[in-house]
Amino acid sequence: MSKLKVATVWLDGCSGCHMSFLDMDERLLKLAELIDIVYSPIVDAKVFPDEVDIALVEGAVASVDDEAKIKKVRAHSKMLIAMGDCAVAGNVPSMRNPIGPEKILDRAYIENASAQQQIPCVVVPKLLKIVRPIHEFVTVDVFLPGCPPSADTFYTALTALVTGAPLDISALTRFGA
Amino acid sequence: MTQTITIDPVTRLEGHGKITIMLDSQGQVEDAHFHVTQVRGFEKFSEGRPFYEMPSLMARICGICPVSHLLASAKACEAIMAVRIPHTAAQLRRMLNMAQMVQSHALSFFHLSSPDLLLGMESDPRTRNIFGVAAARPDLGLAGIGLRRFGQHIIELLGSKRIHTGWVVPGGVTEPLSAAHRDEILSMLPEAFANVKLALTAYKQIADSFKQEIEVFANFPSNYLGLINEDESIEFTDGALRLIDPTGTIIEDGMTAHRFTEVIGEAVENYSYTKFVYYKPLGYPQGSYRVGPLPRLNIVKSMGTPQADAELAFFKQMSAGPIESSFHYHHARLVEALYGVENIERILADPLILDKHVRATAGVNRLEGAGQIEAPRGTLNHHYKVDENGKITWANLVVATGHNNKAMNLGVLQSAKAYVKDGKFTPGALNRVEAVIRAFDPCLSCSTHAFGQMPLVMTLVNADGEVVDQLIR
Ligand code: SF4
Repeated sequence: MSKLKVATVWLDGCSGCHMSFLDMDERLLKLAELIDIVYSPIVDAKVFPDEVDIALVEGAVASVDDEAKIKKVRAHSKMLIAMGDCAVAGNVPSMRNPIGPEKILDRAYIENASAQQQIPCVVVPKLLKIVRPIHEFVTVDVFLPGCPPSADTFYTALTALVTGAPLDISALTRFGA
Repeated sequence: MTQTITIDPVTRLEGHGKITIMLDSQGQVEDAHFHVTQVRGFEKFSEGRPFYEMPSLMARICGICPVSHLLASAKACEAIMAVRIPHTAAQLRRMLNMAQMVQSHALSFFHLSSPDLLLGMESDPRTRNIFGVAAARPDLGLAGIGLRRFGQHIIELLGSKRIHTGWVVPGGVTEPLSAAHRDEILSMLPEAFANVKLALTAYKQIADSFKQEIEVFANFPSNYLGLINEDESIEFTDGALRLIDPTGTIIEDGMTAHRFTEVIGEAVENYSYTKFVYYKPLGYPQGSYRVGPLPRLNIVKSMGTPQADAELAFFKQMSAGPIESSFHYHHARLVEALYGVENIERILADPLILDKHVRATAGVNRLEGAGQIEAPRGTLNHHYKVDENGKITWANLVVATGHNNKAMNLGVLQSAKAYVKDGKFTPGALNRVEAVIRAFDPCLSCSTHAFGQMPLVMTLVNADGEVVDQLIR
């Protein structure tokens, strides 16, 4: 059996879901016998591959870059997993929604700065008005809630998805877990 | 004709960033920038929330060092409560902080940088990762995973969850340590010592083969900031800050969290969402400085634990004054990891470590408070204001990546000048430019956190701004 190609993607999250993924510890090496991590913050690929079997996405969609990215990931992935509460429901990143990006930027770069006060605009991407979960932009195949989902959840879910064994997410994790 | 080289995303970083290298018409490097491309707004959206919510809310800034934000936030809250936490709570928090430092240093060294160091800067990008390391050097791959597990598991034993534990609260911690958990941590120590020593030995064997990188990886004089104890030993959780100049002379000492907020300023550059932190009396950018493992070792006189002290003495032989090349952050990180394991052993020997009194309570006694600690990658300060009811009215956070921002940008420029000549570069050369950033181990989640995605492109732009050529990796 050829190995499944797996990508992990980071949008507006805290990286805790990726860290929980790494918390599989030695089981990561076991998993590596079944899957190839072809794209991820922890490997060196710069371009999202043309064909990925499973993409795990952390974080909500908060900037124009995030939006372009999630669409690209969807177009090139057979299965898309919303990894963690930010991706599933917006969670902490969406707490800025009632305030709006202008006031957020003003506070950080004008009010709370003491030199060269200005809003960064070179190369850095524009913020969206509203932070939203990824299913509002693309179709999501599997929702894996938790803040973050535990390493056990990752291991059980991924081995089930790779081997085709039955999978009951609600027995593994929940929102806010 | 001008050219710009973009490295996007910078991979194997705790977060994402972009690097752009600007070439002049002769193809020589003119300037280089490191961009952090996301902003999240914690300082603003925390307004109106009760202050005691802050530690667990602020932990969500970063999943790599949530403990740093938990502790800095709890300390700021305790300044507002004007309360002193029980001895055992303080000791347990120190242990938690050490466990996080060890796991984070293991992540930085093994998972993110060892592929460059062990497999080579020029090695195949498809295997230049932790799995490639585990295949080429199974002993080191497993040591890295094991050392990270050691730290994460202690956090879990103390706070019942590896990432985003709710155990740290304003006033102390929610649960005391059980005898069973203490014994389990004790039983994990021998393996952790073995793993960290294996890393130190392996690093010392290969360090000499990186002479060229050591020369150009942000290798310049600067100021340095870090926590230190009164006996001049290293400190991560308490103590006070010391700022030294490039010769090692003290600029300011005994800096409390409150004093920090008076003398430390933040500048904005238009190309990054991470601010540039500086010491106000010297102005920006002259008042820039570095923080993290290398600066900490430059500042302190001892580690305070025997094995780490022997390693510190060996480390300090490199230079009579402060050690300047950021390449040595890797080495400093391993010395600190050894200290972390020794310090956990020492804290566990405290006769009061199982004491049940671990939480103090109080209401709002001051309308403003600040807390500071050393995160794995450098100094972290949380500063809050509240109203009479304890509702947050204002918050500001100064994180490690902000302190190092200027040095990272200068380091990228320095290495780009060395590895990009006459408009020509190799992927291995550009990986070295990225590796400069990796040496600092910046936590981009903390510093506002980045994301952006394009291939690695070298673009040739003509005078009219039209793209005339493009190379894509
Ligand atoms: S779900 Fe929680 S752990 Fe995951 S990215 Fe969001 S805040 Fe971090």
